[in-house]
Amino acid sequence: MATETAPAAYDSKIEGNIIFTRLDSAINWMRGNSLWPMPMGLACCAIELMATGASRFDISRFGAEVMRFSPRQSDVMIVAGTVTYKMALAVKRIYDQMPEPKWVIAMGACASSGGMYRSYAVLQGIDHLLPVDVYISGCPPRPEALLEGLMRLQTKIAEEDSLLAQKRELLEDIS
Amino acid sequence: MDATEASSKLEQELGKDFHGSSMFRDEVSVVIPGSRIKDALKFCREVLLFDYLVDLSGIDNMDEDPRYGVVYELYSYQYGCHLRVKTGVDEAERELPSVADIWPTANWHEREAYDMFGITFKGHPDLRRILMWEGYPFFPLRKDFPLAGKQSEMPDVAFSESAPLEGGPFVTSPSSAGTDKREPRSRETDS
Repeated sequence: MATETAPAAYDSKIEGNIIFTRLDSAINWMRGNSLWPMPMGLACCAIELMATGASRFDISRFGAEVMRFSPRQSDVMIVAGTVTYKMALAVKRIYDQMPEPKWVIAMGACASSGGMYRSYAVLQGIDHLLPVDVYISGCPPRPEALLEGLMRLQTKIAEEDSLLAQKRELLEDIS
Repeated sequence: MDATEASSKLEQELGKDFHGSSMFRDEVSVVIPGSRIKDALKFCREVLLFDYLVDLSGIDNMDEDPRYGVVYELYSYQYGCHLRVKTGVDEAERELPSVADIWPTANWHEREAYDMFGITFKGHPDLRRILMWEGYPFFPLRKDFPLAGKQSEMPDVAFSESAPLEGGPFVTSPSSAGTDKREPRSRETDS
């Protein structure tokens, strides 16, 4: 019988059943592979978003197939399309209702920068209102580009200090 | 009945208030002053049987008099003919009688003309902005409004900022000059 202070040791009997890892890595792995998107479809990019969700491109290969039309159940807002000033604060309001942790993908030229709409009516990039994690170029981007963006977001999530960020106050109290 | 005939009947009805007609590629346009536009359109609807208002649009001919205009595109299913009725709108007054009681579809068209040009329609049942939000202080399709937009702020409703245009194309100037003169790359406006 091992002593109480013994570190976890390799045991051939439980090989393959136990994984040693950091808590952050485990949390990030779970978060990154079950991203529930909030499909903020505002223009033609939404058509490509739908294509990405459909069988040919199949976003469920990356664990993001659960499109939620309720912001309270979603993790990542995919802003797909032209954000007009009239719509901008509605997008912000939906974003505000999403629970933490949450991410934003700006899909396409319009959501990233206003695109070809240098106009009195169009917000020049959703990053004026929301913190954007991934920008995807294209007008509209192909589904492969969206999937690439999603994988970039997963890479980004994998590097986050999720426990530290979430429990910062608690950890400060303890120490 | 064809459009030319409709135009001459309208001329008989209005007399000196009929400000001429013109034909371009078989399309007939007539000009009616704002004071008689309602009578003329009612005549078109009830007597000449133009039962379909295809479109109603505002125009800004900046530096001309009258500055604004409204164009009514009429179509008659009865006769299968098309008639365009134009009227000028004075810059200071900016008011026309509403035709929403003659053609219900004019309701939203007039709201759009009001939203974009600030032309008001007297007797309109619900003259609110239709594309921009209620409280937006500008009329964006006027020639002296920059395409880039202007800053505005309506707390909790909407805000707007001017877009970076890098000297891009601005509004056109009405004239018969070539496109290089008519559509300057940029145009300075005071307001």
